[in-house]
Amino acid sequence: MAVMMYWEAIRRAQDEELARDPMVIVMGEDVGVAGGTYKATKGLYEKYGAERVIDTPISENGFTGLGIGASFIGVRPIIEIMSVNFAWLAMDQIFNSAAKVRYMSGGQLEAPVVIRSPGGTAHQLGAQHSARMEKVFMGVAGLRVVTPSNPRQAYGLVKSAVRCNDPVFINEHELMYNMKGEVPDEEYFHPLEGSEVARQGRDVTLFGYNISVHWCLEAAEFLASHHGIDCEVVDLYSLSPLDRAGIKASVSKTHRAIIAEEAEAPVGVGSEVMAIINEECFFELDAAPVRVSARNVPIPYNHRLEKAAIPGAKDVVHAVLKMFGKQ
Amino acid sequence: MTPADKKRVLREMLFARRFEERCYEAYVERKIGGFLHLYPGQEACAFGVMEAARPGHDYVITGYRDHVHAIKCGADPKAVMAELYGKETGSSKGRGGSMHIFDVEHHFMGGYALVGGPFPLAAGIAKGLKMKGSDAISICFLGDAANNQGTFHESLNMAKVWNLPVLYVCENNLYGIGTRIDRSTAVIDQYKRVSGYDIPAAQTDGQDIEKVYEAAKIAVDHVRSGKGPYFLELMTYRYRGHSMSDSNAYRPKDEERMWSKRDPIIMLRDRLIEAKQITLDDYKAMDTAVLEEIENEIIKFAEASPEPSVDELEKYVLADNDPYVRGGKH
Repeated sequence: MAVMMYWEAIRRAQDEELARDPMVIVMGEDVGVAGGTYKATKGLYEKYGAERVIDTPISENGFTGLGIGASFIGVRPIIEIMSVNFAWLAMDQIFNSAAKVRYMSGGQLEAPVVIRSPGGTAHQLGAQHSARMEKVFMGVAGLRVVTPSNPRQAYGLVKSAVRCNDPVFINEHELMYNMKGEVPDEEYFHPLEGSEVARQGRDVTLFGYNISVHWCLEAAEFLASHHGIDCEVVDLYSLSPLDRAGIKASVSKTHRAIIAEEAEAPVGVGSEVMAIINEECFFELDAAPVRVSARNVPIPYNHRLEKAAIPGAKDVVHAVLKMFGKQ
Repeated sequence: MTPADKKRVLREMLFARRFEERCYEAYVERKIGGFLHLYPGQEACAFGVMEAARPGHDYVITGYRDHVHAIKCGADPKAVMAELYGKETGSSKGRGGSMHIFDVEHHFMGGYALVGGPFPLAAGIAKGLKMKGSDAISICFLGDAANNQGTFHESLNMAKVWNLPVLYVCENNLYGIGTRIDRSTAVIDQYKRVSGYDIPAAQTDGQDIEKVYEAAKIAVDHVRSGKGPYFLELMTYRYRGHSMSDSNAYRPKDEERMWSKRDPIIMLRDRLIEAKQITLDDYKAMDTAVLEEIENEIIKFAEASPEPSVDELEKYVLADNDPYVRGGKH
């Protein structure tokens, strides 16, 4: 196991897939000569050339649609959208072309594209560069949505997404590219469906995904050492489909659930997980499930306001203590 | 085009006309649902271009007015009609409908219902063909109104920057749904809009199939020889409203009369009669045979075909048993 950064893990996965299959291409703004905004394509232009590591114009709907069209005849594009905020512009092609073409052609065509994009609130980027859009993507039939919380998942999810014949949206995070973690030395394919128990526990399940897994883990350590509460942390790396069986198994064990999400609450991951809990294991519950979500505002520029809008480990701790009547 | 080609294409265009008219009837009978966009009046566009191209080899993509393009590429008209009837035997197994005819075996890459959506898809297909070293080209048929979408400009730009083998055919029928082009679009001659991308562009009469064919030959040769994208504008007219739910009340009657005198099928027919290639009786016999084929084979097939099973409602949403969903082949 080598320790590498999240961006290095993504870069390694793309490098391996480019080397293996001449039909794999990488495309996006600044992915080539400039090496990628978050270095995820560093050195790949020099290695594979301009025909396969393609610097696109700033035309998100256009180049996403171009990648999707290429995938119709056997190309395996990895499309990087520099910031998830810009993916709004590519929604037509992602939703109307990639996600629907298999169905509306009666199975004749498929769009095996990978669309990678970082979301999340970074540091004072303002309302138009701080979107968390995973909830928008996960509501669309025909599209897979995964979101890695560590370098191992980032590497293995990119690998599986490139090989999978469905369109896959990979939701990354602007603050996580320099996170370090162990990645297997041998080739590794992470499942595109399911969830992972990131920490075993008995008293309450903390559901997180992407960056919020880390809030949950931090909260769990604090609660164990300071309050004797034993939290289980479930990492929902697949947002579409969500792992019904995994959610049910954990809640049936702990009988309590808290969902931590960086996005706003309405129509989100938290509300969907709560609905699944209701449908799958309502009578197992000892307490009403709770969401820890962002405030429902366009993200402000001011540092204090921005911090107040986005939850973190402390908010997860408060939610758990409140659930146990300790606050 | 040889005299034999012209006679064959006359029958093909007549077939397309009668096919679409029969769709109209079936829609009125409520056998066909949803939206239905018909092609009468514009036949010389699809047929003229595809006569100059290689149907079944070159890749074709278009908007929702797609039945005739699919058939010209090689789709079985029975499967197209069955699709309109929503049947399991339809070209998209009843999941697509009129606006989403697909026949990938014949490289008809589909009809898409977001105006301007196919522009980048066509460029992407061209990118794939270039990577594969194929001698096939990508051909995108869309109407004039699609050129007011951002995808038009984004795709022309990328097609030129990456020298992609794509032919954009603009069927300029002067209306975007119910709005006349001069009321929605700053420049009526669409080929002029392409000059900003340094892509060769031409405009020709879309009602005269021989003119379309000659212009398309130049266009197709340009693209196939590796010189990059080309834009061909064909001036044409649709006889019916935008779709079946369009009352068509917005067009002046004298304008409709003027265009009906330039019917692409009648123009070719009269030319062949004048050249003594066919007689009027030959044409009438051809028409009778076409109508019988549509009624006795195509409609009968669509009527008799089964509907898709509700048990298979969720089929085709995602790939079946893709091994990477579980993390690889084990």
